[in-house]
Amino acid sequence: MGDQVSRLRTVSESSGFSRKRLVFGLKVAVFIVSLWPVTEIVIAFLTGNTRLFGANPAEKILHRTGDWAIYFLLITLAISPLRRITGLNDLIKFRRMAGLFAFFYAFLHLMSYIAFDRFFYFDEVLRDIFKRPFIFVGIAAFILLVPLAVTSTRGWVQRLGGHRWILLHRSVYIIAILGVAHYWWLVKRDLLWPAIYAGILIVLLGYRLLPKKRFRG
Amino acid sequence: MPRLISKPIPSSEITPREVYLNRRALLAAAAGGSALAMMGKAAFASGLRRPLEALPNTAPKISDTPTDHDLATSYNNFYEFGTSKSDPARNAGTLTTKPWTIEIVGEVTKPRTIDVDQLIDMGLEERIYRFRCVEAWSMVIPWIGLEFNKIAALVEPTSRAKYVKFVTVNRPSEMPGLRSDMLDWPYTEGLRIDEAMHPLTLLTVGMYGQTLANQNGAPVRMIVPWKYGFKSGKSIVRIEFVEKQPVTAWVAANSREYGFYSNVNPEVDHPRWTQKRERLLPDFFASRDTEKFNGYGEQVASLYSGMDLKVNY
Ligand code: HEM
Repeated sequence: MGDQVSRLRTVSESSGFSRKRLVFGLKVAVFIVSLWPVTEIVIAFLTGNTRLFGANPAEKILHRTGDWAIYFLLITLAISPLRRITGLNDLIKFRRMAGLFAFFYAFLHLMSYIAFDRFFYFDEVLRDIFKRPFIFVGIAAFILLVPLAVTSTRGWVQRLGGHRWILLHRSVYIIAILGVAHYWWLVKRDLLWPAIYAGILIVLLGYRLLPKKRFRG
Repeated sequence: MPRLISKPIPSSEITPREVYLNRRALLAAAAGGSALAMMGKAAFASGLRRPLEALPNTAPKISDTPTDHDLATSYNNFYEFGTSKSDPARNAGTLTTKPWTIEIVGEVTKPRTIDVDQLIDMGLEERIYRFRCVEAWSMVIPWIGLEFNKIAALVEPTSRAKYVKFVTVNRPSEMPGLRSDMLDWPYTEGLRIDEAMHPLTLLTVGMYGQTLANQNGAPVRMIVPWKYGFKSGKSIVRIEFVEKQPVTAWVAANSREYGFYSNVNPEVDHPRWTQKRERLLPDFFASRDTEKFNGYGEQVASLYSGMDLKVNY
């Protein structure tokens, strides 16, 4: 009897162990894949193959980093609903990474704007922020992302206390709305992609307004 | 528009390989100073790009070297073929550019329809102009064409002709972008008559020693080098001399952001893009100071004497 119990425990422990390893392996894989958009840029630089980016490589980089910032914001917001729908609780372990990648690409995006577009004329950056709504909204989204990135560690969760931490991190909803508004305002004429992101965002935010019980399963 | 994988289409994939290689040989020959005509126009099938004979006119001097041909033909704004910069090179192949006529009508004594081949037979010049987009990038392009005033002379505008309106072809079956209502199609542009008659204003049929690529506005487009690129309508089928200032496509779409004049001017900011500096493609940094009238002020500033260019933007 006792033997059986201990054997059962061993099995469940070893399966817990392999599950941990699986999640860890997946995290490493996702991390590497998430770095690909910037790795490709770096490789193009190092090999002098800027032709990879066509006639306007700086614009490509600006757009690509902006796109990935928004992809990762939406991915971050999709994790909780997906977890609830699929019951795959381990998904939560990828949320911090997704959020930090959103910050990472937003940072590169901001830097490419300052360097390539404004050529480090900070007075012009300032003027842009107050003159152009889409820049204002973009910078607001970025500034709001900074405290979330800083407090993303376990230490900060403890320091703030779970409840306050959650409240603070709810600002990601606002950040995502600002991000989509930013894209909406900057396109000249073709609203297709901003509208697609807005649609996805409405679904993701709307999901959170639904009564939770029904979806706990 | 987001594209995860961006592969500029090498021109060797757009054009049959022999033609591409021939073209390269021709460009090399042209660079060496030999006559472009050596292959003969007939060597190229109609519809494909073919070499054009043109006398170089270097009067409007420009110090930068021309942009790489493959970049100038792979990075275009031509919304009739899609809104991303790479769409036109991918989609514009469907446009039938031969036969092609332009209807010239309105306040003229001799309205007429003229075939592009007739234009070409009138004798062409090559001019290397800086091409400045409102999006704050520029290229340097060897255009081939003839002064628009030579065409105007054929139809004899009356004294009532105060403006000229340029209308782009409207063929939904060949131009997928026309399905969207992004702009009022057909694309319409306009110039004041003295702007149109200015010797720098070029009715353009070629670039880089050959006929225009479809994505660049084949078979015939305008080039008005001191204005933002969108003023230079592409694939033109109709030219109207009119009395009243025409409502152009971008003004109709957003008159706060796009003015009728749209002269290149570092002092007048666009709501989206500061115009102070520009990026000379394929540079990374927008480090080049924008020149008023795109550097052609000496020739054209007098057209606007007494006008407040901040009001008439
Ligand atoms: C969380 C923050 C941000 C997100 C999610 C974001 C997202 C985006 C996206 C999706 C695009 C369009 C890319 C495309 O066309 O494919 C874009 C473009 C752009 N963003 Fe951001 N952005 C953010 C912050 C900023 C900031 C802080 C700035 C500058 C101060 C900025 C400046 C720009 C500029 C200049 C463009 C290109 C505009 C054009 O092509 O005309 N963005 N951004």
